[in-house]
Parts: sequence; structure tokens; C-alpha cells
Amino acid sequence: MGLLSKILRTGIVTEPLGTGDSEVVHLVREVDAEARRLFGRALGIREVDAGSCNGCEIEITGLMSPVYDSERFGFHFVASPRHADLLLVTGPVTRNMEVPLRKTYDATPDPKLVVAVGDCARTCGVFAGSYAVAGSVDSVIPVDVFVDGCPPEPTHILRGILTALQSGRA
Amino acid sequence: MRALFLLLIAGYASGAAAALALGSGALSRWASALGAIVGASAGLALAAGVCIRGAAFSLDAPGFFGPVGGMAFTLDPLGAVFLALTSLVAAPSALYGAGYARLWEGRPALRQVGFMLNVFLLTMSLVPLAGGTLTFLLVWEGMSLSSYFLVMTESDEPEVVSAGQWYLAMTQIGLACLLGSFLLLQSGGPGGFSALRAAALTLPPGTRDAVFALALIGFGSKAGLIPLHVWLPRAHPAAPSHVSALMSGAMIKMGIYGLLRVSLDLLGGGPAWWGGLVLALGAVSALLGVLYALMEHDLKSLLAYHSVENIGLITMGVGAGLLFGSLQMPAAATLALVAALYHTINHAVFKGLLFLGAGAVLHATGMRDMNRLGGLIRGMPWTAALFLVGSAAISGLPPLNGFVSEWLLFQSLLPGIGAPSPLVAVLMVLSLGMLALTAGLCAACFVKAFGITFLAIPRSPEAAAAHEASWSMRAGMVVLAVACLALSIGAFEIVPRLSSFVAPLVGVAGPAPAFSVVLALQTPGGFARMSPSLVAAGLALVVLTAWLAVKAFASRRPVRVGETWGCGRVVQTPRMEYTATAFAEPLRRIFAAVYRPSEDVSVDFHPDSRYFVQSISYHSAIVPWFERYLYAPVISRIRSWSERVLALQSGSAHAYLTYLVLALVLLLGWLVVTGQP
Amino acid sequence: MSPWLLGPVQAALALLLAPGLVGAIRWMKARLQNRSGAPPWQPYLELRKLFAKEVVVSNNASWLFRAAPFIVFGSTVAVTLLVPLLAVPLPFEGAGDLLVVVYLLLLGTFFLALAGLDPGSPFGGMGASREMTVAALAEPTMALAIFALAWSAGSTNLGHIAARMLATPTEGLAPGHVLAFAAIFVVTLAETGRLPVDNPATHLELTMIHEAMVLEYSGRYLALIEWAAALKLLVFFTLLGNLFAPWGIAAALTPGALLWAVLTLALKLLALGGVVALVETHIAKLRLFRVPELLSASFILALLAVTASFLLR
Repeated sequence: MGLLSKILRTGIVTEPLGTGDSEVVHLVREVDAEARRLFGRALGIREVDAGSCNGCEIEITGLMSPVYDSERFGFHFVASPRHADLLLVTGPVTRNMEVPLRKTYDATPDPKLVVAVGDCARTCGVFAGSYAVAGSVDSVIPVDVFVDGCPPEPTHILRGILTALQSGRA
Repeated sequence: MRALFLLLIAGYASGAAAALALGSGALSRWASALGAIVGASAGLALAAGVCIRGAAFSLDAPGFFGPVGGMAFTLDPLGAVFLALTSLVAAPSALYGAGYARLWEGRPALRQVGFMLNVFLLTMSLVPLAGGTLTFLLVWEGMSLSSYFLVMTESDEPEVVSAGQWYLAMTQIGLACLLGSFLLLQSGGPGGFSALRAAALTLPPGTRDAVFALALIGFGSKAGLIPLHVWLPRAHPAAPSHVSALMSGAMIKMGIYGLLRVSLDLLGGGPAWWGGLVLALGAVSALLGVLYALMEHDLKSLLAYHSVENIGLITMGVGAGLLFGSLQMPAAATLALVAALYHTINHAVFKGLLFLGAGAVLHATGMRDMNRLGGLIRGMPWTAALFLVGSAAISGLPPLNGFVSEWLLFQSLLPGIGAPSPLVAVLMVLSLGMLALTAGLCAACFVKAFGITFLAIPRSPEAAAAHEASWSMRAGMVVLAVACLALSIGAFEIVPRLSSFVAPLVGVAGPAPAFSVVLALQTPGGFARMSPSLVAAGLALVVLTAWLAVKAFASRRPVRVGETWGCGRVVQTPRMEYTATAFAEPLRRIFAAVYRPSEDVSVDFHPDSRYFVQSISYHSAIVPWFERYLYAPVISRIRSWSERVLALQSGSAHAYLTYLVLALVLLLGWLVVTGQP
Repeated sequence: MSPWLLGPVQAALALLLAPGLVGAIRWMKARLQNRSGAPPWQPYLELRKLFAKEVVVSNNASWLFRAAPFIVFGSTVAVTLLVPLLAVPLPFEGAGDLLVVVYLLLLGTFFLALAGLDPGSPFGGMGASREMTVAALAEPTMALAIFALAWSAGSTNLGHIAARMLATPTEGLAPGHVLAFAAIFVVTLAETGRLPVDNPATHLELTMIHEAMVLEYSGRYLALIEWAAALKLLVFFTLLGNLFAPWGIAAALTPGALLWAVLTLALKLLALGGVVALVETHIAKLRLFRVPELLSASFILALLAVTASFLLR
């Protein structure tokens, strides 16, 4: 039982969520109270890569790791946008991903939230002006929260989602 | 009773005559259907009368075929069950056929089908009524020949002709075996069935075994037991749909009837190996039938293989009954035979429904290939719903009738482990496992059949343009669907009655004591109880409660209609859906040892560059074990012998005269030698 | 308490406990992954949220897509009325036995598979195909295990089996029973979509079996299906717990006995949940075409169980 003894020796490694940098998280619109109440304790997140370099994705996978553990806030990642309440979008929206992003948004049932992660999502980052880029995320779908960073830390991403929920949980 | 019997004959005869006389239009269609319905109703009433009164009906007609012994008709409760199920499938199929026959409007095929259908139904109804071997063989052959002509309706297609050839050959082989069996049986003394029954007690065991073996081959080939099943998946798809429904629903059951009549009634049971062999054949038929059905993507071939599977299940019950009877376990034998009989009735009803549904699909789209259908639930809502009822019934899902008879079959195999011989116990355990696997695979196959044919997006323009079936076709299907539910809920009345018919055959006096008449099925010894009506009521209540609760407490937002989620792909075409072949692919890989599948993939490249693919074609086939390794060698052997004998047909008159003289000389010589006057 | 009231009480209790069971297993797995994880009552919050969400339905779907969640949910709740959750004799003793339970669950699987095919999505078709394959292959094991239990108890009726085990506790350790327990445990993992057959937490569609069929569902339909899946897990655990180790089941319908029955049931569910959590932490998901090998192994176990019951009778 090498695995079991290792598990017991390691113990719980989840760290309490830091306060993060409030400059990095931008709340674009006030989220409606019903949605806040509904998603306060259980949130389904669907991650959409709209052409990112995968740097943000690596940070997002960190969210599910034992250290950051997004599940303790009631967040769980889902495979289908039909099961989702929040879309976590990364990347400058490339031309090829513009229609799929819009379709993902349409496929998500109401009420829904959108958190755009990374500099590329807000300003197209280093890819701004490229022939392959259609525009920032809020030019395709309505966004509730932007989280800046290239890539942003998992703490900031979590803070961004919590800001969208305006729950102020530590 | 005699009046009902005459009405039966008169109804079918008038239907046949009307078909011939009234041309090829609507009048002929309806008149022949009406005649058939009258005949079927009379048959049902006659059977019900015998069942309720428990007394047999007899009629002797020595005037017909007098010099050879005359015809005799007897209907005892066992035969009444089979007459009832025939009539139960015949009436809706005839009603359905009235609308379906519009396909042949103005063509001679309409008259031919109307006539032959009534002849078929008449001879088939007379099989359980036959009271002597001559009568039996006459109506049996009549049934085979009329169904052959029905199969050959669309004889301008080569595969129909081939199907007809296989079918004719198998029925004649079966007839030959039956002739042999009856001749041996009559060696104890000629006469009707009652005389044969008494005389059979005096037959030596070797003769009894031979009678049983020949009857098993003859009736088994009619029923479609492995390895004599090869005609089924060819003949059923080739025949018109209501004829397929009748062949699958009623005709193959006559094989079971014959087997029961000869082995259980006339011979009075036998050594344990009879039951063991029948049980083993049934188990193998069931499993192989469903495995081959899984690989079919032609809707009617799929249903035909499922008939092989269900005949296998029925035969398992018969075999278990024979086995328990020979082991002096009469209560268990009764249960097994009741399970078999009940499944016979149920299968007739739901298989009839399924074939009629497949016929409606064929009528509306012109196609049977599931990989080209799809989305029919929108254009054909009634047919879809009725086919769903049939699919749920055949998959053995509560609360429909298929579940009740499969439950009975399970329960009938359970006492087997208490049998004195360990070999029997092992056989029972293995059969139980095969029964369970068959049931599971059947459900998988019908998810495929219903889901690919009726759900999702149409895969071809014909499927997209499908229209609902005519009212007469729908009415026929509705009657059978209602019967499915009624047979399940009414099980508490039907099953004890069946046991009272079976008990005397097994040697138990009077009605079997363990069955209770309450709203439950109780097996002998208090082993298990189940109530299909309570299950049905409970399910309905729970579903309704859940629906009301959700309506009351869930969100009031209206339902939004959107695109199917496809990971954001730009368009959805029918090419992106699952196909029937794809659905069955995991099972094809898992059972590869049985199928020995071969795959052939060929890729067409663009002439200018190997990097651009123009088309990919995929062809997959499974090994047809029985056709390749059993029938093909036999057929080629017969062919080579025939070619050698062909040498005698030289065409020369001199040679033929020589043959005549030789034959005369030999005959005269034989007469001189044996001293005949 | 009137015996007829026991049925609805059982169903209500099962509905109440099922999401908690799933939550407890998730919590245990989280702790075994060295993280805090969501609290064990998280699935209740998720269900409440789902009932309040909008429902989006595919334009290719038919009435069957909307009816299937109710049929799946209804058939699973009907099963809870038939299993020995709290007391024997069961209120609906004459209505159904172990075979009826197995086939009612198959009814749910049948309609869920059809609902997967309905929207015309290839993921749904794939999920339906795989789910029916696994269900079909698990059937023989279940039948033989039932056979083994029924043979020693003299009936396929669940109440009788539980009562027989209560009466002769030493039979619980008979090799036939231990083998049957192992066989049904493997079938539980297969039928409820747990590792190593199916990963309930996967996001990769090509590795999904159960999840793939429900990718199109949202809102209250999804809630019903998730709840039904949790109920199915609870039913299987109840069969494992209360047929093989029925101590704690109430023989009389007094409040004290019933309370004790609820407590022991909760303990058994948590114990089995802990075993499943440990198994899922240690084992990786099997490739789809290795699953028949696993199910064949469980079939051999069930066959041995029957043989053992027969030889040692």
C-alpha cells in the first residue's frame, strides 16, 4: 500500500485563498441578484479556449490541483456547456474560434456568466492586429469579469470568478 | 362450436375467392381482408370456447381423402392456444394488409397476395386443428406452399427468388423428416392422434428416439432452430410485411406446436437426453440469433434473426419442461412449459407488431436499410410510438408482456439446480447465463433498431419525406400494441389457465395447485411472486408524481430550442450521426470470435497528390458460419451427384426405351422371385 | 406505522440520502487526493441550482428526449419501493422480486440510451452504444448471482433473502455468498459508471460512457437524471449491504427499530462508499475493450458462487 501511506503522509495541502491583486480583476457589469444567489454555492464552469497559447490553460488546470482546489468553493468543471453556469474564456478570439465561441455561449442555459481570463481576452495581448484574430472576447459574447495577466495566477482567476459571484468568500 | 369451425373455413375461403374474383383494386383488397378477419375472429372464438370450457372439439370428415383415411379435426386446449395466437395476429395483419396492398394497385400481385394470404391463414389455422397424421401433413404442406408463393410476390428481384428457393428447400426437407417421423409412429398401428397416443406406448425405445429425432429436425426447421434457421433471415425480409408478421408471429410457432404435440403428447415424454438436447439447441439458437441480429442493418433481417432468438427462448422452455418431466419433477416441468407457451403468445403479438411497423417504414420510405433512415419519429409519430412499444416488449422491459414471460422462463430454470444429476444442474446454470446475456443483447439491439431508424436526423431524402401509414395499417398495429399491455396485466388470469392445459400433458392431475388467482404470479413451492399490474400501476404513479412535482417546483422559464451541442462545429449534417454499424461496433469487436469480422478499407487519392483524399470506402463482413461450413458443402455435394445423374438424361429416345425395358424386366424378375401373384 | 406507508417512506428516504452518498464519495476521494474538496452535501446544492436553470433542448430532439428523464427517474424510484431499505417484510412484497429490480433498472438504461441517440449528436450515440454494451455484458453475472442468493434462500424475493440471512448469520460467510458479493460489487461498478469501467468526473468525451448520453441535457431534466444516477448507486449499495449483511434491518415497524435501521443503513452506505473511493483512487480507467474481460471475470465469480452454493447445500 505504498500509495495509501504516501497519501496519509502528505496530508491536506490546500492553501487558503490569498487576497490577490484587486487591480487585476475588472468587473464589467453588475451581476443580477438571482444569478448570484443561485450560483453562490454550486457553479458549473466550462472552459473555452478561443485561440489561446495555452499559458492560461495551464494556470486554469492549476485551479483543480490540490493546492488551489477550486472545488471547495463549490465550483466544478463540466464537459458540456449545457451543464455550465459560467464560461471561462481564454485567448484572443481567432477567426476560426469566433463561431464556436458564440455557439458555446448560445448552448449555455440561462442564467449564465462569462469570465474572460488573460490579457489576450481583453486586449488581444501580443496577437493584437493579427490577420488571424477576430477581436477580444467581449466583441463576440457579453463578458462579466476580465482577469488580467499573461498568464494570471490561479489565485487571481479564482478571485475573478468569486467577484463575478460577488460573494466575497475568502 | 361446429358452426364456428365452419365459419372459420368459410371466412378464409370467401376471402380467397373474393381476391380472385374482384379484380386488382380497392374492393378486392378490402374483401379479402374482411374474409380473413371473419375467419380469424371465428378461429379466436373457437379457441376461446375450447379454452374456457376445457373440453376438446372434434369433427371427423371421412368424406375428404376417404380412400387414404379421411380427414379428422380435433381441437384440445394445447392446440387452442396456438389457434388463438394465430387468429390474434391474423386479424390485425389482415386489416393492415388492406392498406398495405395499395402498393400493388392494378397489378396481378394484389389478387395473388389476397388469395394466397387467405389460403395460408386457412391452412395454418387448421394445423392445430388436425386430428390425424394425414390431415396434419396435408394442411402442413398447404401452409408451406402458400407461404412460399407469398414470399415470391416480388419475384422480379433476384434476392427474392433466392430466398424462395432456400425456403422451399428447407420446407420440403422438413416435410420429408415429418413423413419419416409419422411413418415410424404409425408402425405401432394406424389411426388418428388418439389411437397413436395409445399405440406409442408399445413402440420400442429405438423407434421412439427416431420418431423424436426426425420430428425435432422437421419441426425445428419450421421453427427456425439453429442450424436449420438459414431460411428465416432470407424469407422474412423478402415477403410482404404483413406476411412476414404472420410467418414470424404464427407460422414458426407451428413448429413448436408440432414438437410439443409429438414429443409430449403423442410420445408422452422420453428419456432425459431429449429435453437436454432441445434445451441446448434452444440456448444456442437464442444466443446466436441475437448475436447475428446485432450485426444486421436491414430492419427486417434484424427482426428475422430476433425471431430465431425468441424461438430459441421458447425452445429452452420446452426443453426444460421435457427434461424436468423425465426427471420426475412435474411441478417444475409445468412451469417451464407454461413459460414457453406464454412466451409463444407474447412473441407472436410483439413480433407481429414490429414487422407491421417495419412494413410501414418500408411503405413510407421504400427502404429497409437503417443506415439510410432516421428522424422518422417526426413524419410517422404513430408508427414510431407503436414500434417503441414493440421494442420495449421484445427487450423484456417491465411492465409489458415480454418481461413477464422472460421472468417466468428465469423462474422455470431455477429449480433445475435441485435436479438429481449434476450434469443437468450445470446445463441449467449455463442456460441461465445464456438467457440473461440474450436478454441484455436484445435490449441493446432494439435501442439500435429504434434509435437509428426513428430518432435523430434523416440520413436520406426518402427518410426526410416519410409520411405516416394509412389508418388501416395503424389500426392493425394499435390492436397488437394494446394486446401487449393486456397480456401483461392479464397474466394473473392467463398463466394459471395455461398451466391447467399443460398439467395433464406432464402427468399432473388437474390444474397445478401452486398457482394462485390473485393479482400475482406464484411459482410452485412459493419460490417467487410478481405482479405485472402492480408494477405497471406503480411506474405510472411514480412517473406522474415526478412530473407534477417538477412542474410545481422547477423553474418557470420556458424551454429554449437550440442547436445540438457539437463542440461548436459550424454545421451538423446527417453524416455526423451515429450509424447502425457504428452502434454495434463494440459488440462486434467483443464477440469477434463468433463473427470473425473482416474489414476492407480502400482510399481514393487525388490524382495529383497523395496528400488529398477524395473518398474512403469501408466494407465489413462477418463470416456466415452455417451457410459456409454446413450448407455450402452439402449443396455442392448434391449438385455434383445431380450432375452425374444428369448423364442418364441423354435425350435419346433409344436410351429411354432401354430404361423402360430394363425397369420392366427387373420388376417382373422381382415378382417371380418373391412369388407374388 | 402502517406497512403501506413504509413504501413511500422508503422512497423518500432513498431520494434524500442518494445525493448525500454521491457527495460523501466525492469528499472521500478529495481527501484521498490531499485536497479539501467540496462539502459532502454539495450535490444537494447542485440539484437545487439545476432545478432553477433554463432548459435548452436540441432542435433535432423529439418528445422522447423530454420524456426520458421522467421514465429514468420514475423507474429508479420504483425500484426503491422494492428493495429492503429499512424493514422486512417489504410493503410491496408481492409486486416484485430481485429480477424485477434488475429489469426496472434496464428500463431506465434503455430510455437513457434512446435519449442519447435522439439529438443526433455523435457523442450521444457513442455513449448509448457503450452503455448498452456494458449493460448487456453485466446481465449474466447479475442473473447468476441472483441464482446463487435465491438458491440458498429458497426464493428470489428480496424480503425472503434478507430474512433468511438474518435467521442464519453464519451463512453470510459461506463461500457462495462471499463470491456472489464480489461478483455483484463488480457489476455495481459497471452499472453505476464508476472506475475502472467509467470515470464519473471525466471531461474527455471519448472516454465517457454514462456522461456522454447526458451531454445534451440541462436544467431540471439534468437534475432528474443526476438524481436517478445517485439513486441507482444507492440501490446497488443497499442490495450489497442489506442482502449480504442485513443486521440492523427493522423486523417490526416501531420508531426505535426504524431509527436504528436508518443509522445502520447510513453506516453501510458510507462503508461501501469508502471502499469505492479507495478503489477509484488506486485504479485507472480500463480501456473500453478491456471491460468485457473484467465482466467475464465477475461472471466466473458468479459461476463459482453458484457452484459453491450447490456443492455445500
